[in-house]
Amino acid sequence: MNLDQFKPLTVYTIYIASTPEKVWEALTSAEFSRKYFSGFAVEMQPKLGGTFVVRAPDGSEHISGEVFEYDPPRKLTVTWNVNWPDLVAKLGTTLVTYEIEQAGEAVRLIMSERHDRDLSDDILSGGRAGWPAILSGLKSLLETGKAPQIKTAPPARMLAALKAMGIKTP
Amino acid sequence: MSKPQFVYVTYIETTPEKLWQALTSSEFTRQYWFGAEVRSDWKVGSPFALSLDGEVTDSGEILEADPPRRLSYSFKHLKYEELRGEPISRVVFTIEPFGPVVRLTVLHDGFIEGGKYLGAVSNGWPAILSQLKSLLETGKLLNITRAALNKGFDAK
Repeated sequence: MNLDQFKPLTVYTIYIASTPEKVWEALTSAEFSRKYFSGFAVEMQPKLGGTFVVRAPDGSEHISGEVFEYDPPRKLTVTWNVNWPDLVAKLGTTLVTYEIEQAGEAVRLIMSERHDRDLSDDILSGGRAGWPAILSGLKSLLETGKAPQIKTAPPARMLAALKAMGIKTP
Repeated sequence: MSKPQFVYVTYIETTPEKLWQALTSSEFTRQYWFGAEVRSDWKVGSPFALSLDGEVTDSGEILEADPPRRLSYSFKHLKYEELRGEPISRVVFTIEPFGPVVRLTVLHDGFIEGGKYLGAVSNGWPAILSQLKSLLETGKLLNITRAALNKGFDAK
């Protein structure tokens, strides 16, 4: 896989009163992610080439991929492929990179969702709606000890666009 | 090709009324907006100004005011020469109750292709809005270095 072909199509930056180590842990541990990511569990083998899974509350593997860049607690890149039939074949691989940097007494977290081809705003709308909810929850969890329950509606615009491309969605 | 604009969404554990107050009160803004104070009577057509240490850095006019749901003003930068030549932009705040939290969407548009202003704004809003969220949820600020704002645009 040639990383240079991947362009960031969605970027979200958030500042958190925490340490880079704690932000890293919150992004990569199931115990944390279940609290801010609608019950989804991030299961990652902490090494380059390790497996990366996001498990839905029903136990199924919603996202599966591998660890592509591993530099704790600064940078993590994983393949972020949603397990819907034909999705990867038609949209290509999705890469998600987290960059974690100290910024004064806070931590700056930059999430970039990268793709190796142009995708429509309709396709990208799912992630663009999802990331702010997930990362707002993560920030609250780290700063207050509790993540609010942010229940986003199913991404109707993205699902319709995927369906139009012949991708089966649940 | 989509128009050059910046959109940021954040979810805050607060009420729409408190968020509206935080966006329109200079007491609040100078805490989370790196010392900047908003000045307006928040009536459509009235002047809007952002001032830092007594100097007006940005000015505009109230375009929409529907408390506590929607606020919009035009925004013209006055301070840095590199940005002064760019057109008048627009900021729209949309506040929506969302279960136990409030969803705030900030849209900033009206930029020119390849201008510097969009880059400056794209660095500024995430820091400002992260501070706003922390202030409303925890009563505390983040102490982000001002230098963090200047990434992508080196203010002199």
